[in-house]
Amino acid sequence: MTDTATETPRLYRGRDRLLSGVGSGLARHLGIDPVVTRLALLVLSITGIGIAVYLALTFFVPVEPETPPDAAPDAAADGTGARDARARKKGRDIGQLLAYLALAGGFAALFLLFGGIFDPFLWFIIFGTLGATILWQQANPALRDEWVSTTAFRNRKSWVRTGAGVLLVGTGVIGFLIFQQQLSEARAGLTFAFTMLSGIALIAAPWIVGLIRERDKERRERIRSQERAELAAHIHDSVLHTLTLIQRRSDDAREVQRLARVQERALRSWLYQRPADAETTITPGLERVAAEVEEAHAVPIEVVCVGDCPIDDGIRAALQAAREAMVNASKYSGEDSISVFGEVADDEVLIFVRDRGAGFDLAAVPDDRMGVRGSIIGRMERHGGSARIRTGPGDGTEVQLRMPRIKDAE
Amino acid sequence: MADDSSFSSGARIPRVVIVDDHRLFRSGVRGELGDAVELVGEAGDVDSAVRVIGDVQPDLVLLDVHLPGGGGVEVLRRVLAQHPEIRFLALSVSDAAEDVIGVVRGGARGYVTKTISGKELTTAIVRVADGDAVFSPRLAGFVLDAFAATDAPPMDPELDRLTQREREVLRLIARGYAYKEVAKELFISVKTVETHVSSVLRKLQLSNRHELSRWATARKLV
Repeated sequence: MTDTATETPRLYRGRDRLLSGVGSGLARHLGIDPVVTRLALLVLSITGIGIAVYLALTFFVPVEPETPPDAAPDAAADGTGARDARARKKGRDIGQLLAYLALAGGFAALFLLFGGIFDPFLWFIIFGTLGATILWQQANPALRDEWVSTTAFRNRKSWVRTGAGVLLVGTGVIGFLIFQQQLSEARAGLTFAFTMLSGIALIAAPWIVGLIRERDKERRERIRSQERAELAAHIHDSVLHTLTLIQRRSDDAREVQRLARVQERALRSWLYQRPADAETTITPGLERVAAEVEEAHAVPIEVVCVGDCPIDDGIRAALQAAREAMVNASKYSGEDSISVFGEVADDEVLIFVRDRGAGFDLAAVPDDRMGVRGSIIGRMERHGGSARIRTGPGDGTEVQLRMPRIKDAE
Repeated sequence: MADDSSFSSGARIPRVVIVDDHRLFRSGVRGELGDAVELVGEAGDVDSAVRVIGDVQPDLVLLDVHLPGGGGVEVLRRVLAQHPEIRFLALSVSDAAEDVIGVVRGGARGYVTKTISGKELTTAIVRVADGDAVFSPRLAGFVLDAFAATDAPPMDPELDRLTQREREVLRLIARGYAYKEVAKELFISVKTVETHVSSVLRKLQLSNRHELSRWATARKLV
């Protein structure tokens, strides 16, 4: 950082100036923070020397030549480079100028009040204030990102600053107390406590703020990396796995399609997670049934559902009948897609399962075949619903399920 | 926007532009469509799409819903302002209600998913190029859901409600019936089915009922 001995830059008046650039120019020349040189000039001004020096430098030192912005870090080898660049962009910082003016005014007032620079009380106050200021600067968010980028005390600069701050505050507090005791015994206790607490707070504040920031940052980082790990794990377990399987089964078109569909469905439900529960309402219920049949029989099933309602016994039976119809369509239609449409009306629930496949002659199905009669028609009728099957050889098949809704007892 | 089937299907091969940011998908579609349509341009993002469409003036644009630079809706907005006669068929992997309703209200005359077979896609293209609307079962389901009866009185009964017949047509489409099968089922002509669907499309595009957009955003899922 500052201790690498780069060539000392020539003394110019800085472009990032508050008044005439003497302060910032000196700072760059000496490789220190402009705040220090400005404060030093200010303090010197109390004795009158500072004003003379300032005016002399203003007249005799040339203004720094214009440098291209990307060359700036070379000119200011220490950590203030970035900030200098920022300040240059902004031009003269009125806020800072006002602050220095206020400081000058304060010094003048103190000087007048205490009647001389050799009054020790004045100096204790000045030291205390300076220490507090330096500490406070550390807590200033705009500067903190440079000084306390990771922790409050990781770099040497802030250690030095903090040490100086503690020393100054301590001196100020103790000196102040000595004089206070002489002036008024009664107030001393209170003032002592208050001053000590303020001093400690000032010393500890930037450090605590730094710790809190660091903790927040770490937590955010941890959450983010957890999410990333979760995502990676998910992609690995699902998509990569399926892709591997697809490559190995690439000669079996049906299996490849089945794998792709299963993966697509899983990915979709993961991406747009639906809050509804497949156990309790009909739309996700029907979609799940279709997904299961599709996985088992490798025929794509498109589900469209309009409206939704809770699943009761009748609807559960209808879902089972629909599953049976989907299984039949998958096995026997020979068609490569099945349409399922569910509609929740005011007083009934309708489910249609349709394929454009071979169809069959309903009358020709022997009575002992349980599939259609038992699992679909019988089941629906037992629960107060009905099932109709429209089919014919070559016409495809549509199973229409109708189940009245039981209104809640009100 | 009204029905005009002045050029009948088959008499003229529609000139088509594909807008999709996946090169692989574009070449896949190119292969599947074959001779049924004439591909006159391709684009991979909003700006180039607007430029290409303006240059070649196709009959129809196959439009992906998700595009870099503002999405399919942005292409619709910019192209239709200049060339209201160009027809759009949206296609997407998404199936999310928001996307579907979004592009259709943006001016697309149909919506199909990318899993559609080449033959079906060709049929859909010819139909849309002829000025009709193409509703997938999913879109029909969305429309039925979005126009479901609510207690709130419609602001504009003509636009905010579906007729009984339109509802029947949509329900059959949702059940997986092709237009021809719908016509047979309801004892009407295919032309009448197309008229009903176009009328539903118009209502979907013009209706101001706020349930429509609210419904679409509320139902974010497949």
